[in-house]
Amino acid sequence: MERLRHLMSPTDFTVEELDHLFDVAEDIRKNMADYAHKCDGKILATCFYEPSTRTRLSFESAMLRLGGKVLGFADGSNSSAAKGESVSDTIRVMSYYADICAMRHPKEGAPMVAAEKSLIPVINGGDGGHQHPTQTLTDLLTIRSLYGSLNNFTIGLCGDLKFGRTVHSLITALTRYENINYVFISPEELKVPSYIKEMLKAKNIPYKQVTTLEEVMPDLDILYMTRVQKERFFNEEDYVRLKDFYILDSQKMKLAKEKMFIMHPLPRVNEIAVEIDDDPRAAYFRQSEYGVFVRMALILTLLDMTDEHMNQGLLRHPGDM
Amino acid sequence: MLNVGKIEEGFVLDHIKAGKGMQIYRDLGLDKLDSTVAIIKNAHSDKMGKKDILKVECDVNALDLDIIAFLDHSITVNVIKDGEIIEKRALTLPKMIKNVIHCHNPRCITSIEQGLPHIFILTDEEKELYRCKYCEEKYKAKA
Repeated sequence: MERLRHLMSPTDFTVEELDHLFDVAEDIRKNMADYAHKCDGKILATCFYEPSTRTRLSFESAMLRLGGKVLGFADGSNSSAAKGESVSDTIRVMSYYADICAMRHPKEGAPMVAAEKSLIPVINGGDGGHQHPTQTLTDLLTIRSLYGSLNNFTIGLCGDLKFGRTVHSLITALTRYENINYVFISPEELKVPSYIKEMLKAKNIPYKQVTTLEEVMPDLDILYMTRVQKERFFNEEDYVRLKDFYILDSQKMKLAKEKMFIMHPLPRVNEIAVEIDDDPRAAYFRQSEYGVFVRMALILTLLDMTDEHMNQGLLRHPGDM
Repeated sequence: MLNVGKIEEGFVLDHIKAGKGMQIYRDLGLDKLDSTVAIIKNAHSDKMGKKDILKVECDVNALDLDIIAFLDHSITVNVIKDGEIIEKRALTLPKMIKNVIHCHNPRCITSIEQGLPHIFILTDEEKELYRCKYCEEKYKAKA
């Protein structure tokens, strides 16, 4: 029997494995009906110890679209965790109830503890401020599908670059690809942490830091907007001052390339004006759609159920050139 | 001056910072060992002024001595056989440290999960950087 695989961090998969995963996701997008019964009889457990709308429903949608079923809890207070049960004990039991588990937990590293004890694949659905790998996979698939490649582009990351977990994770994942220029757009207080800059320097990857969107807008192929998160601030005054620092509106979009596209991990507050939603360059809702495709591909991959398609010549194994 | 006799077979940890002998004793798990152990505190040292020394009579391979490299670089390990020093063992930083140091990140799962070991992984050998296996928080040694 092959070793059980889990997903804890976006770099758990090699670039070749990710290519394969994204090939499966693309195939799902184009031939959704072919996948409608791939997971008949399989069960996904969603163990969410803290509330989440998008991530949990995206996982559930992915499994239901594959023909499987879902069970789980959406809040730790409704589970036996409230009675003091450990993550290790919960996953041991879940291993007999389901075939695969997606877990979100406020404590960092909790899904890894689960993976160590689990008899079924565990997917990290977000652990505190640590990792949120399926968001990063969603972002990578969106870029690959809309831009056409994960190499050779200039990406602007705008907003809260200090606390934004998705941004740190995306930058780290993108460093494995070639010829990407990074432009960090943030107020002084929310600059990207030094460890990220050190990582880029160590790999000789160019980046620049600016404070206004306008000055770099014409250079960007992708603009990744983020929300200034209220919960990260101890001081309400600082939050109020910074929350509207960047508002992407149609005036600013006039400066952008015709083919630039805008991403956002959502939920947005007011950093992207609603008037932009109908701009063909607005990709943030499609990004949610890609989130379902990538989770479907991930479920199939971790359940080791993609071979059937590959045998039909629909997909290539990495390295089959 | 107090005299502690030679050991026939085992190892001597020399040049331990004065006052740290007991901590090394615990961190190495010598308290769990059924062997003769001598702890010498505040011994005279030309180089250090005062130092601690541990003499342990057991097979040197029975313990993971690399943890010493993490705990204190200045400690030297002399392997003894038939009462003589046969080797000055070079130590390398351990790739993993278990239950010696604790993760201080209050958001880490180790802060609430029962019976979970505190494991740190060597992530940067050059900078001697260890990170918690679960939350990847850096371990910062107390000055």
